[in-house]
Amino acid sequence: MLSQESLAKIDRELTKYPADRRQAAVMSALRIAQDEKGWLSKETVAYVAEYLGIPPIAALEVASFYNMYELEPVGQYKITVCTNISCMLRDSDVIVDHLQERLGIGFNETTPDGKFTLKEGECMGCCGGAPLFHINNKRMCEFLTKEKVDAILEELK
Amino acid sequence: MLNIEIDGKAVEVDHGTTIIDAADKLGIAIPRFCYHKKLSVAANCRMCLVQVEKFAKPLPACATPVADGMKIFTRSKAAVEAQKSVMEFLLINHPLDCPICDQGGECDLQDIAVAYGAPASRYAEEKRVVLNKNIGPLVSTDMTRCIQCTRCVRFLKEVGGMMELGMVGRGEHAEITAYVDKSVDSELSGNIIDLCPVGALTSKPFRYKARTWELTRRPSIAPHDGLGSQIEVHIKDGKVLRVLPREKESINECWLSDRDRFSYEGLNSPDRLTVPMIKHHGEWHETDWKTALEFAAGQLKDITNADGGEQLGVLVSPNSTMEEAYLAKQIAHGLGSSNIDYRLRQTDFRLDGKRMGTPWMGCNIPDLQEMDRILVIGSNLRNEHPLLANRIRKAVAQGAELSLVNPMDDDQLMAVKHKAICTPNDMVNVLAQILKAMSGLQRLSLCLPKSLNDLLETVRVWDNSQAMAESLAGLGKEVDLVSPRTGIFLGNIAQSHPRFTELYSLAEAIASLCGATFGILSPAANSTGAHLVGVLPGEHGLNAKAMLESPRKAYLLVNVEPELDCHHAAQARQAIAEAECVIALTAYKSEALEHADVLLPIAPFTETSGTYMSMEGRVQSFTAVTKPLGECRPGWKILRVLGNTLGLSGFDFDSSEQVKNAIFGGQKPSTVVWNSLNNNLRELIDIQVKIKSNVLQRLGEVPQFQSDAIVRRSPPLQKTRAVQAPVAAMHSQLLTELGLDDGEMVTVKQGVASVLLKAKRDDRLPHGVVRVPTALPVTSLLGDLMGEIEVTRA
Ligand code: SF4
Ligand code: FES
Ligand code: FES
Repeated sequence: MLSQESLAKIDRELTKYPADRRQAAVMSALRIAQDEKGWLSKETVAYVAEYLGIPPIAALEVASFYNMYELEPVGQYKITVCTNISCMLRDSDVIVDHLQERLGIGFNETTPDGKFTLKEGECMGCCGGAPLFHINNKRMCEFLTKEKVDAILEELK
Repeated sequence: MLNIEIDGKAVEVDHGTTIIDAADKLGIAIPRFCYHKKLSVAANCRMCLVQVEKFAKPLPACATPVADGMKIFTRSKAAVEAQKSVMEFLLINHPLDCPICDQGGECDLQDIAVAYGAPASRYAEEKRVVLNKNIGPLVSTDMTRCIQCTRCVRFLKEVGGMMELGMVGRGEHAEITAYVDKSVDSELSGNIIDLCPVGALTSKPFRYKARTWELTRRPSIAPHDGLGSQIEVHIKDGKVLRVLPREKESINECWLSDRDRFSYEGLNSPDRLTVPMIKHHGEWHETDWKTALEFAAGQLKDITNADGGEQLGVLVSPNSTMEEAYLAKQIAHGLGSSNIDYRLRQTDFRLDGKRMGTPWMGCNIPDLQEMDRILVIGSNLRNEHPLLANRIRKAVAQGAELSLVNPMDDDQLMAVKHKAICTPNDMVNVLAQILKAMSGLQRLSLCLPKSLNDLLETVRVWDNSQAMAESLAGLGKEVDLVSPRTGIFLGNIAQSHPRFTELYSLAEAIASLCGATFGILSPAANSTGAHLVGVLPGEHGLNAKAMLESPRKAYLLVNVEPELDCHHAAQARQAIAEAECVIALTAYKSEALEHADVLLPIAPFTETSGTYMSMEGRVQSFTAVTKPLGECRPGWKILRVLGNTLGLSGFDFDSSEQVKNAIFGGQKPSTVVWNSLNNNLRELIDIQVKIKSNVLQRLGEVPQFQSDAIVRRSPPLQKTRAVQAPVAAMHSQLLTELGLDDGEMVTVKQGVASVLLKAKRDDRLPHGVVRVPTALPVTSLLGDLMGEIEVTRA
């Protein structure tokens, strides 16, 4: 279900907690699983739960609570734009409009080629860099302008 | 001790008490939804907000520990305002479907809304809708009504031992669900119905049957396992519509097992026998009581007069009341028979006559959860005694070490410190090893008697057994206890074990070496009671097994379906079929009684008064909660009239209380019970430790929902996932050795009888064991519960 590499990573996370507290690693384990699979299917969540020795519903509670976990398939690049207050004041609307126009999709949609998914995000605690988005939960792109967005999209194509 | 004041009333409470507990102690009502005294504190509903002096904001009473000198106001302006706001908030998304909601009339939300809510809502937006989940045949869901208190989640996780429900999503999207399409399979699942403060979780069998205020509520006692749970039976128009727990901290706390809660549906089964019936030339005819009883008495008399009393065998179900058991015994004795027994599923009777008293659990039920070290021998705890399993789970959660010696490794949903999973035969060896290891531990300077020592000479102690002995003695790597509270218990499997005597003697010896409580977990509601009453073979009498092995000419059956309730189904079937006369007191028409001659409709526990004695020796009498169905009569009355008709003396009873008085000789029940409960043996019994054999052994367990006639007829219980078509389960290695594939049809043979079953791989079983359940029509052609068994490809 998960590659040896991912399991090794999960095992590494597990060493950070007491041996009888495997549940503590659930967030990292889900993250590692998502990195490999792109999103968390019910099977993946159940697999992670079993690997940690916790009930599947306990893992699903976590996976469904945090919105950086994807419970539905997403494109290769998931772009999450912050539309919260600071970003809004710094014209995140313009960025959103531009993205939607360039990609031809709205929020929570994926381009037909499966490349991009657009998501709306809440404050990411980096208001100083507003407006901003991140790609696949990992890469934060700040001080966005239309041009900058174009350049990033070009790079990802 | 801390001194605090709530609403001007001073009270002294312990350190760590929460405001809500202190208020409960004072009888001051603080509204609540998520708080429950038996569950962890979640503090997520906020209904319990109160004002506390010197705090700017209202505090949740359920999660705030009191401090010395605290002044708390539950009805001040600020408190009431907070409570009103929370109420309004909770009602935002709650549907106003009270008129069609089963919870209506006993709904916390409804009640508290009346007391704290506003008359109208300011919320004009759309309400959210949550899809219902199908979580099985027992609990019905209306998830839009849920207020996310998570009581159900916490119950299943903390009490049930397995988190089967959870809250997924967040904020407005949060909802309670099982994992994808799973059902809730806990054997305690019905309790979430009681816990749910709203109508989100209600009883499926009871759905739309009645409004709560139309029900008459009467107390009774659960008639299945040996716990003696206190129940409340709810009736409408003379029909039992549901069963709820009565709170009894020292027995069932506020819980009930699903078996006790939902078995009542079997009382309304179309199988119920409602008129006496006599068989004439192979045809059943309905008749009246007088004819039936005279016919029965005539038959019994003829046979006992002609062939002697020893040709009569009396089998009494351990789910019968003490009164029924006593009168059945009187009839047997009156007719000159000492063949009477209630231990229908026992196979080893070598202990008879060697006991000092009535076997019991050796302690009280709550003592279990206080124990430090527990050894359970031969018990599938959750299957046999669901609420007792819960007590042990609590002990384990508090750090107790649990050891198991079992012929299967079913998940008991608690941490097991040591376990020996071995064939039934090897269980004896393991106990011998534990005994030997125990006697060698230096802290216990006790020595074994020479005879036992010699016997154990050649026994080699495995590491695992050594570890169990050390655990029981209190030694331990992490926790080393000088005088641990220890308990050793024999479960149902041990009691139907072919070498019960060895298990018993060894366990008793181990217990006396380490100073442990030694107990027998009685399988049925009145096993202990039937023993006390003396429903046991007399000196030359035959026990339950012998009565079937050497068939009698006549049988009197009290509440027994022979091929489902006896240890050797095939033998029981044959003995009954070939007997000249079989008189059956039964609540049900049943195929198992096809070969009887007279069927007398007996009232089940809800329709008769009577007494059960639980495994802890608690004598609990109950009255009929409803009128007998049709021509049914209480068992004690039938037996009394039968006694009279037979012309026997000592049958002049006008009430079940009089019978009870006769049982206890006019003394207080507790006095009699106290003098008779005793698990000790009079003498050391010859035991054989080493039996090596290479035969396959059957593990014939009674599935939880097949344990007695009522449960077997409860449709909702029969629809649960716990009930599955019987299979022949065995370890994968054994499958390979026998050349079988998982899932293929096999012939399972015991003696001359054989049945076709699916083979199933089950690595929780030891090698050499084939698990084939009993008490099912399909397997009722087979033999001994733990006898030899052959399996071949079909
Ligand atoms: S279903 Fe009932 S018990 Fe469970 S969280 Fe909702 S309201 Fe609470
Ligand atoms: S509002 Fe966008 S990062 Fe804070
Ligand atoms: S009862 Fe205190 S927050 Fe729910």
